[in-house]
Amino acid sequence: MVEIINLKKAFNSYIVLDDVSLSVEKGENLVVFGRSGTGKSVLLKCMVRLMEPDSGKIIIDGKDVLSLNIKELNELRKQIGFLFQSAALYDSMSVRQNLEFPLIRHFNFTPEEREQKVISVLEKVSLVEAIDKMPSELSGGMKKRIGLARSIITEPKLMLYDEPTTGLDPITSKEISYLILELQKSLNMTSVVVTHDLLCAEIIADRAIVLNEGKVQYQGSIPELTSSNDPFLKNFFSHEFIKENNQVN
Amino acid sequence: MNKKTSTSAYLNSIENRLNEFFTMIAGLWIFSVQFFRYVFVPPYEVYEIRKHMNELGIKTLPIVSVTGFIIGLVLAMQTQPVLARFGAEAYLPGSVGISIVRELGPVITALIFAGRVSSGIGAELGSMRVTEQIDAMEVSAVDPFKYLVVTRIFACTFILPILTVYVIFIALTGAYIAVVLVQNMTIEYYTNAVLYSVEFGDAIPGVAKTFVFGYIVGLVGSYKGYTATNGTEGVGRASTTAVVVSSLMILIFDMILVKITLWLWPTF
Ligand SMILES: Nc1ncnc2c1ncn2[C@@H]1O[C@H](COP(=O)(O)OP(=O)(O)OP(=O)(O)O)[C@@H](O)[C@H]1O
Ligand SMILES: [Mg+2]
Repeated sequence: MVEIINLKKAFNSYIVLDDVSLSVEKGENLVVFGRSGTGKSVLLKCMVRLMEPDSGKIIIDGKDVLSLNIKELNELRKQIGFLFQSAALYDSMSVRQNLEFPLIRHFNFTPEEREQKVISVLEKVSLVEAIDKMPSELSGGMKKRIGLARSIITEPKLMLYDEPTTGLDPITSKEISYLILELQKSLNMTSVVVTHDLLCAEIIADRAIVLNEGKVQYQGSIPELTSSNDPFLKNFFSHEFIKENNQVN
Repeated sequence: MNKKTSTSAYLNSIENRLNEFFTMIAGLWIFSVQFFRYVFVPPYEVYEIRKHMNELGIKTLPIVSVTGFIIGLVLAMQTQPVLARFGAEAYLPGSVGISIVRELGPVITALIFAGRVSSGIGAELGSMRVTEQIDAMEVSAVDPFKYLVVTRIFACTFILPILTVYVIFIALTGAYIAVVLVQNMTIEYYTNAVLYSVEFGDAIPGVAKTFVFGYIVGLVGSYKGYTATNGTEGVGRASTTAVVVSSLMILIFDMILVKITLWLWPTF
């Protein structure tokens, strides 16, 4: 589904992604770990061309993303959902309008069908009561969930999640993780999930990679990574995450 | 040594400013070209345009009403004694009317509109940019330029002339009130005198140029907001520089358009 080859992205002379290669199978959930500032968000943005990489190749659904023209790119983007780290809700629109925004423009639903869809995704993120609120009336975690609802409402084939559970309480966070898993099962959705939340990763990940110094330095299943004897991984998984059973010394 | 570094720092800052200036000119040009490329391409966001026109009208109506009224009033109060000195009070309605219709009405309305609206657009789009809302729109395969920028420029272009016509009437009313305070003049006489001296040929170029002014306000505000960087600080800068740049551009284009009008129709 996704194939990234030798991707490179620098801001002026500051190299963020040096040489990133990875691939994601159709229907697979890939979790991306990495310390803050290693370029995880940049990687996701390059995949939908919100940022132009300096070199490398990105293939999504058989299409060479970097060589598409704007029309082809928009066709592809309709198949991709993107959850922003900051949720990025349209703050001049109510929750309902936020959710309807992509539906009105890309599908020929009747108003009743649209309403149906809006309610059903809101149920998934358990926020039906917020339907007529404005984004400024929502808490940070609620915004995140509405942002998630907005990006899955079009039932994209590929979802890119930038920290879907950060800022959520443990229970909601777990619910969201199971939602991601359910989307994978029911719609055969492929997902790339950037997260610092090990619990979430354990629930959803088929495979995980760790970005460091602009490269994919490690990859494997979650148990493989967490039980590794590699000093970096040991350090990473003992300090980056708060787990009941790890003793910080 | 110290002096030298400060000189070179000074030169450097001039260079940066020049750079910024030319980047802006190029940017405005590109935005203009984009606007005309997109404005005729469906889907037309009619709902958005109507919403913006309503908002802009409601937002600026109170302030332009007050300003228009006072400008008309003061202009007549100032002109009256001058004309009285030459025993030419009868020309008061005509001379005040011509100033208001040809120049003061359009330019004052445009400048107030610029202060109120281009800063608003700059801040609105700027905050959408720095909070990734514009990016979100882009990845949802909706062209943010068309949805956010084209609709705003369009709304500004067509709402300002309407406001201007309204302000001209308000200002003429203000002027009438100033006149009756010092001399006897019926409203019929005043209206006739204004209509007699203000020709259609005065009103057309006066109002026509406000289409250009409205376009400038929408264009500059959108450009500054859409290209904002550096977080909230950038949003503030976008909004203030939008006012400065659009006001200046209005005055410059006013000069150019008046010159062109006089050149095309020398009788005016
Ligand atoms: N628009 C930009 N201009 C310049 N530098 C940028 C830009 N966006 C990101 N960077 C730089 O790229 C690096 C990676 O940023 P990114 O947001 O991808 O980090 P991240 O891995 O997502 O971190 P976090 O876990 O904190 O979200 C950072 O050092 C940042 O300074
Ligand atoms: Mg990030």
